[in-house]
Amino acid sequence: MKVLVTVKEVAAVEDDFEIDGLSIDDRYLEYDLNEWDDYAVEAAVQIAEAADEDVEVVAATIGPERSEETIRMALAKGADRAVRVWDDAIADQTLLDVNAKASVFEQVVAEEEPDLVLTGVQAADDALGATGVALANRVGYQWAAVVNDLDYAAGDDVATVRRELEGGVEEITEVDLPAVLSIQTGINEPRYASLRGIRQAQQKEIAPHDLSDLGLDAETVDGALELTDMYEPESESDATIFEGGAEETATELANVLRDKGVVGE
Amino acid sequence: MSDVLFVAEHRRGDLRDVSYEGITAGRELADALGGDLHVAVISGSVEAFAESLNTPAVDAIHTVEAGEEFDHDTYAAATEALHAELDPAALLLPNSVNGLDYAPAVADSLGLPYASDAVDVAYDDGLTVTREMYGSKVETTVDVAGDQFVVSIRSGEWPAASGAGEASLEAFEFDADSVDDGARVQGYEEVGSGDVDISEADFLVSIGRGIEEEENLDLIRDLCDATGATLSSSRPIVDNGWLPKNRQVGQSGKQVTPDVYLAIGISGAVQHVAGMKGAETIIAINTDPNAPIFDIADYGIVGDLFDVVPALIEEFE
Repeated sequence: MKVLVTVKEVAAVEDDFEIDGLSIDDRYLEYDLNEWDDYAVEAAVQIAEAADEDVEVVAATIGPERSEETIRMALAKGADRAVRVWDDAIADQTLLDVNAKASVFEQVVAEEEPDLVLTGVQAADDALGATGVALANRVGYQWAAVVNDLDYAAGDDVATVRRELEGGVEEITEVDLPAVLSIQTGINEPRYASLRGIRQAQQKEIAPHDLSDLGLDAETVDGALELTDMYEPESESDATIFEGGAEETATELANVLRDKGVVGE
Repeated sequence: MSDVLFVAEHRRGDLRDVSYEGITAGRELADALGGDLHVAVISGSVEAFAESLNTPAVDAIHTVEAGEEFDHDTYAAATEALHAELDPAALLLPNSVNGLDYAPAVADSLGLPYASDAVDVAYDDGLTVTREMYGSKVETTVDVAGDQFVVSIRSGEWPAASGAGEASLEAFEFDADSVDDGARVQGYEEVGSGDVDISEADFLVSIGRGIEEEENLDLIRDLCDATGATLSSSRPIVDNGWLPKNRQVGQSGKQVTPDVYLAIGISGAVQHVAGMKGAETIIAINTDPNAPIFDIADYGIVGDLFDVVPALIEEFE
């Protein structure tokens, strides 16, 4: 069987940063694999490792050449190969919308014909939280969003998942394959890449595709959403901030706790 | 085509708060569009739900009988059928966990633009949605092209609608049996029960990502011992397996309302704040002066927890 994992390189923003037009100044960004995708990769690799049959894990990403370094981390953790889609028409978008992402991955799914697709619940940068379910709808797969427990063995026709609802309630659902599952953080313990894995990943394929390779044109990704402004939210803080060194501020804080009468003897 | 359709959300017999918040958001948008606000409620005790949702802001309520609880195929099919019937400009859905499970499919099936997790919406010859990126570090405005669109709204961003209204009530004919059953809900489980109920504590010391390593949790345990506080945490600590689920504060964990909530190394992401904003006094220790936790804190220390916490322990020893 085959498991496709969609992955994304995302940037974490330093505490102090500057906005340059419609994006955060690159000097304040640190690129890494999207946290949710790290869990999705682990879930896919665990299925492959537990299987008696041959399970191929393919990572798919929409990202520029720079992102290959990050995608290689997914390969170092056990994915077998990767597909990377990029195009000038994608780079031109201020905000790549869900329809564009689903259209790209629809073609990847058509080419790869996976039995199971795992995505992260959302990407840490644009936080759209929609690609997996939109993709499932597009390709006619079943789906489940926000999965924090997955009971599935390679070759099974049904996956039993838990969806993490709000307020500490989980929904237990059976999902027929083929399916797309959006994976929540905490579902497993993502491994660190071993030195051997990192070495092996250098030999694994990251196949580049542009839109025409997928039979798509620039119009496909020219979405309906356009980013028009980016700014730091105004602080609404009216907190009393204690100034000074650790001892002084700790003393002030201790006085507050004593005043509130919550410190037990 | 100037109406707004909002689909309410309920679970296990209760309408969720976002249902009333969505009515407020929908009313604002309907006024800007010059149209009516339609509210739909799908599955469960739809007539009782309709009565609760019948607030002055609502023009029409559509009830759809289809099973008891949320399932994405039913919700998607019913929402698409309602959309075809009402032809609204805007379809508003909750950006809840269940919203995430059907809104993208509905937008895709309808072939409409989808803007998710809106914290504000405005219409002036075109829709503009305000949404956050990079984990609340920045806010953005997004223009949505076209005269029909789907928007999901973040919970807690609009005031809840209230009062008794005079909306028309209509039962919407929908054949629930024809819906795909490729995903079958088997049941629900309450998780996160355990030895300690953090929602009962008067004083919570809550730890987040800033603790960096599992070993460092001992420092926070020492603080709890010195002060008699109960230990809780934000999501990453539980995701890492450093504390059990019953210690997690936030949207997917526990809602807590202690007298004092001391947040240490917690940035204050919206999902966390949803679980603790009801605390009487909120105190934050964080290295980042711009961390959103300071927006809701009453007292704060901008500093390194590894300096401040040992000093604080000494105060009580």
